[in-house]
Amino acid sequence: MPVVQIRERAVHVDDEGFLSRPEEWDEDLARALAEQIGITLTERHWEVLRFLRADYADRGQTPTTRRVDVVGGVPVKEQFALFPRKPGRKMAYVAGLPKPHGCV
Amino acid sequence: MPGTVPGPRPAIVPDFGDDTADDRRIAIICSKGNLDMAYPGLIIANAALGEGVETHLFFTFWGFDMVVRSRMHDLRFSPVANTAMHLPLRDLRLPQAVAPAPGVSAVTTRMMRRQLRDLGIPDVPELLDQIVAAGGHLWGCRMSADMFALDESDLREDLEGIISAADFVEKTAGAQLLFV
Repeated sequence: MPVVQIRERAVHVDDEGFLSRPEEWDEDLARALAEQIGITLTERHWEVLRFLRADYADRGQTPTTRRVDVVGGVPVKEQFALFPRKPGRKMAYVAGLPKPHGCV
Repeated sequence: MPGTVPGPRPAIVPDFGDDTADDRRIAIICSKGNLDMAYPGLIIANAALGEGVETHLFFTFWGFDMVVRSRMHDLRFSPVANTAMHLPLRDLRLPQAVAPAPGVSAVTTRMMRRQLRDLGIPDVPELLDQIVAAGGHLWGCRMSADMFALDESDLREDLEGIISAADFVEKTAGAQLLFV
């Protein structure tokens, strides 16, 4: 499992670069991860990220775009605007979580 | 450096394909109107959109029911001629002689809807809402509309048009095609 340096911190990631130890995540790291994929975090992004973190803590799996819509209250269309083209994966990446596995 | 303890490496940034020109497109022809056969195309469409793939759906023949406002909430699942239909007890098959009996499709439809709901999968109209919100394109088949004597006023408002098969083939030039 690779250990990489992000903002002078060593963090564990998988081969694609997703954090493999979600507990190493914090908001500062989120800003750095978002920056790496060209996203500047707004308050609305933070609402999505906080929902992802809380839901993952509750259920042990990364919520899908549908769940972020229905339970998290951020419509799918808006998720595409905030995290362009591949919202499911990008949200998970910035939130320091594994990619979502759900089909819908 | 060989022989030294490996320290942290520079960050690995996942490739989300943002910098590559991705012209991948998927065209899905939905021709079935049974509840069970409505889902495969829609789930693939939803997944493709989540991967940033341009997605077009063409509703034709019985698949038209998925976009007809008066019918789309009432798709049914029948176990007739479906030998893969098992009862919720291990591998016990539903006998084919029982499948056409009155009330069986109502029961199996309820059962399937409950299973989908338990998995958090939306019903067909709501899944189509999500597909449109994610940028998917819905098209109705001209011949099916004529055959069933339906027009735009009978269909979902977000259907982009009733078009001929030739128009759909033209619109989806170069797309990967999936027939359900």
